[in-house]
Amino acid sequence: MEQQLKQLEQEALAKIQAASNLKELNDVRVAYLGKKGPITDLLKGMGKLSPEERPKMGALVNAVRENVTAQLEEKAAVLEEQAIQEQLEKESIDVTLPGRKVRQGNRHPLTRVIEEIEDLFISMGYEIAEGPEVEKDYYNFEALNLPKGHPARDMQDTFYITEEILLRTHTSPVQARTMLAKKGEPFRIICPGKVFRRDNDDATHSHQFMQIEGLVVGEDIRMSDLKGTLDALAKKMFGAEREIRLRPSFFPFTEPSVEVDVSCHKCGGSGCNVCKHTGWIEILGGGMVHPNVLEMGGYDSKKFSGFAFGIGAERIAMLKYGVDDIRHFYTNDNRFLAQFHRTEGV
Amino acid sequence: MLVSLNWLKQYVDIDHLAPQDLAEKITRSGIEVDAVIDRSQGMTNVVVGYVVSKEKHPDADKLNVCQVEVGEGDVRQIICGAPNVAAGQKVIVALPGARLPGGVKIKKAKMRGQESNGMICSLQELGIEGRVVPKDYADGIYVLPEDAVPGSDALELIGLRDTVLELGLTPNRSDALSMLGVAYEVAAILSQEVNLPEIQYNTTSEKAEDYIQVRVEAKENPLYAAKVVKNVKIAQSPLWLQHYLMAAGVRPHNNVVDITNYILMEYGQPLHAFDYDALKTNEIVVRLAKEGEKIITLDDQERTLKAHNLVITNGEEPVAIAGVMGGANSEVTSDTTTVVIEAAYFEGFSVRRTSKELGLRSDSSARFEKGVDPNRVLLAAERAAQLLQELAGGEVLEGTVAVDDLDKTPARVVVSPDFINARLGMKISLEDMLEILNRLKFDVEAANGFLIIDVPTRRQDIKIEEDIVEEIARLYGYDEIPMTLPVNYEQVGGLTSYQAKRRIARNVMEGAGLYQAVTYSLTSEELAQKFAFKAEATTKLLMPMSEERSILRQSLIPHLVETASYNVARKADSVALYEVGSVFLGQTAEELPYEEEHIALVISGKWVDNAWQGEKLTVDFFVAKGIVESLFEKLGLTERVTYEKATVEGLHPGQTAAILLDGEKVGLIGGLHPAERKKYDLKETFVAEINLQAILEAEVEEIVYKPIPRFPAITRDIALVLDRSTPAGEISEIIRKAGTKLLKDVKVFDVYEGDKMEADKKSVAFSLTYFNPERTLTDEEVVNAHEKVLKALAEAGAEVR
Repeated sequence: MEQQLKQLEQEALAKIQAASNLKELNDVRVAYLGKKGPITDLLKGMGKLSPEERPKMGALVNAVRENVTAQLEEKAAVLEEQAIQEQLEKESIDVTLPGRKVRQGNRHPLTRVIEEIEDLFISMGYEIAEGPEVEKDYYNFEALNLPKGHPARDMQDTFYITEEILLRTHTSPVQARTMLAKKGEPFRIICPGKVFRRDNDDATHSHQFMQIEGLVVGEDIRMSDLKGTLDALAKKMFGAEREIRLRPSFFPFTEPSVEVDVSCHKCGGSGCNVCKHTGWIEILGGGMVHPNVLEMGGYDSKKFSGFAFGIGAERIAMLKYGVDDIRHFYTNDNRFLAQFHRTEGV
Repeated sequence: MLVSLNWLKQYVDIDHLAPQDLAEKITRSGIEVDAVIDRSQGMTNVVVGYVVSKEKHPDADKLNVCQVEVGEGDVRQIICGAPNVAAGQKVIVALPGARLPGGVKIKKAKMRGQESNGMICSLQELGIEGRVVPKDYADGIYVLPEDAVPGSDALELIGLRDTVLELGLTPNRSDALSMLGVAYEVAAILSQEVNLPEIQYNTTSEKAEDYIQVRVEAKENPLYAAKVVKNVKIAQSPLWLQHYLMAAGVRPHNNVVDITNYILMEYGQPLHAFDYDALKTNEIVVRLAKEGEKIITLDDQERTLKAHNLVITNGEEPVAIAGVMGGANSEVTSDTTTVVIEAAYFEGFSVRRTSKELGLRSDSSARFEKGVDPNRVLLAAERAAQLLQELAGGEVLEGTVAVDDLDKTPARVVVSPDFINARLGMKISLEDMLEILNRLKFDVEAANGFLIIDVPTRRQDIKIEEDIVEEIARLYGYDEIPMTLPVNYEQVGGLTSYQAKRRIARNVMEGAGLYQAVTYSLTSEELAQKFAFKAEATTKLLMPMSEERSILRQSLIPHLVETASYNVARKADSVALYEVGSVFLGQTAEELPYEEEHIALVISGKWVDNAWQGEKLTVDFFVAKGIVESLFEKLGLTERVTYEKATVEGLHPGQTAAILLDGEKVGLIGGLHPAERKKYDLKETFVAEINLQAILEAEVEEIVYKPIPRFPAITRDIALVLDRSTPAGEISEIIRKAGTKLLKDVKVFDVYEGDKMEADKKSVAFSLTYFNPERTLTDEEVVNAHEKVLKALAEAGAEVR
């Protein structure tokens, strides 16, 4: 019996070594250590042995069983490791292949510019006002010190709907509307929106474009406040190193009036194609609100003063991104829109 | 306004400044110099020549062989094709080596076998615009006066050694529409004096009033003055005058007409010269035209007048349209001997309206429209008398015949230095302010803390304190204004709830993979109401520039579809765009239309294209609907939104839904009709449009935390056989209503139509989730609830599979 046991042990150990995977190994375990396996049989047959032989044989069988079990576990560990290795091998992929695309859209470059400006002014305590695109002649012109027949009306070729109704030529009518709505209280607003002029569309003209108007009304608002505010705007849009300069100009709704140049962001002011070798680029117009405009808006022009400015969003976007044709903004070519997807700067 | 610096120098000393520097100073002080034009354009070797002889070219009909003296004893052969070249003329010769405008280089050459040593030039060849070249020389070479010296610099002689500043004038600075006005501006900038022309002339013993009487019958003409000059000799003007005019962009005609134009440019006061004899009567009557009255103007056009047009008449018929253009019937011609010079003040609004109506803009109307200087009207008439005597040999009759009701007093502005500094945010001293006002030649006095200023009438733009603020600031220098930010205000900035939600709506669209498009609000009659939610009165332009942009849109979809088509035509295999914009509804004659902000989208072509993984998805209705649903989910409206089958012209009748919020229609979603797709050359294309205002303004509850469920939910599935036409949404609604409060969710998880179903049937499988937040559900509770659902379904005729 002892001999038989040794032989079984040898057989089992040989099969364990031969097992090439966990299933085969399990088969070996079941075959030798299972309930119906030979070692179990041997244990069951122990009853026939004499009481003297029983402990000796018992110890022997246990030793064999422990040895086989230990060998099984050892082999199992090896095979498991091997199986993991195989799985990893099988699951290896080409990590340089492209990932599954998550569709992402983005804002139109004009919206991008407008929101950037909105956010700057919100941080300075401004509200955003909006108004209708179809306007009354009164709000678009008359309330802005441009009575009927005023020569300066020629500065803005207008689409009329009726004699008294038109497509707004600028966002300035929102000024008049806001003043009436604020009923004499100081305020500061910016108003972005679509405006329309009777222009033939070409690389630099568009019959529809976006303007952003700013208006601050309060006691003791100074021209220096306008300058400081526009300086902040220029730095936000074109970089912290930018400077602005004001030039006298004329708008019927402001007095004094200014055109604002920003130092060229391409050459830093030394002169290049973008700034036509002047070092400066005209970006917007503004001025101190004309007393007639304040009065028509219900503000005492002796007590209140204000400043206003108007920016063309297209102009800013064209300068900022180097866009060479204003029509791109309204053509909406995928290849154009997709370029304004990412963040910029630091 | 074109300002010749040679001319300007007659009134103000600018010799110490380079033209570019002067231009920069003018620009920085308030008048933008658009261009600095060197009239010589770098030309060299252009001299006076004397045509000694002219013979026909032996081998070319149109060419002449000329012997031209271009310096003492230097006679050269030059071939010339101009029809007007003749022996004995003094001409302009470009010698070999000369460079002319447009990159032309003159070389020795042979023309049809004959040697040519240079070119006899026309003014156009020297860079002068054809429209200002005198008519006599418009089609040939220019002929110089006899006293020109051969070999001398021809450019100097014809005034091309000059620089012209092109001013871009804003409407307020009409004072700078004259050389004197520019001189005052430059003098103020440079702290110089202005040298005004001295006016002196002799008069005859005859009186003007014996020749002409003036009557004014219209308030639009507060001042009309006439002077009479006899025995004028009509001739070419002296060269300097002609070339000043050409530099200013005016074509010389004859001395009389040129003198009126010269004074128009010099004083900014338009004048008109009538042929006294052609007037036929001895009176001038200014009145409003009779409706339909006709006049042939100087440009030989017949003009029909309206009753509000102001005309100058001879008492019988119009001889000029006041301030706009003279009549052909009284034109100064080569036969004229006696002229009547008109100097008048016509009201701007009247001239503006007339010139606009007639489509007739002239140098004259441009000045009257903006208001001429009341104090220069009579002065200009005097200046004309002087020049007619000096340059046309005329005899000036004594006196001026005038009707004069014009207010010529200067505007008085009283302003305190403190006000000026407060508006500017600066501390400019009183002395500096006075100095600036003196430079401007304003009459100023400081008294009791105020500046009392009498503004010369040439500066019609200065009326109020703020105007003085600007004058002081611009001449002090805008660069000196410090930079501050507004103080003392009590307003918290920010977006309104609507504006914030609109940004979120954009984020949803972009997160779903759509690019934002911005398309035009103006569209064509055909597209204006296409896809509009309902028929509303449209907003049409009175005078559109094209039919394509003549009316405001009532739906955003048409332009988005056009944009999709544009992109597909350029090989885009996937188009996904959205737009936020207003539509314009219910225009009336008196009231503005209602502007409703909408959001719309278009998707076309591929949606998912992960090529190497083999994953592809073309857009379909449910992609579009999924995007719309995520918008509603983000806005907290999912529960309140329903969809029902709808028909919309232009959309697929079987793939279109109306979108309802709380039962009210707020939008539509659908597939583009195959016919439309064909028209726009599009494959599968889906669109949606939603009234953004309605969904952003819908009130939604605040977020209140609900405990995270501690008890498991139980799901039960039901598969139903339904008619193909029965909307799953209706069945969901039945289940939802029947499922008691334990039913938390109903989802469609399978839809099947096909072989295993009858032709007009479909199978729809729903997954129902039951849940009790208080405790674990018992089987019995679920069974009870589910029974109710099954019963309701049975009642609705839905058969359980």
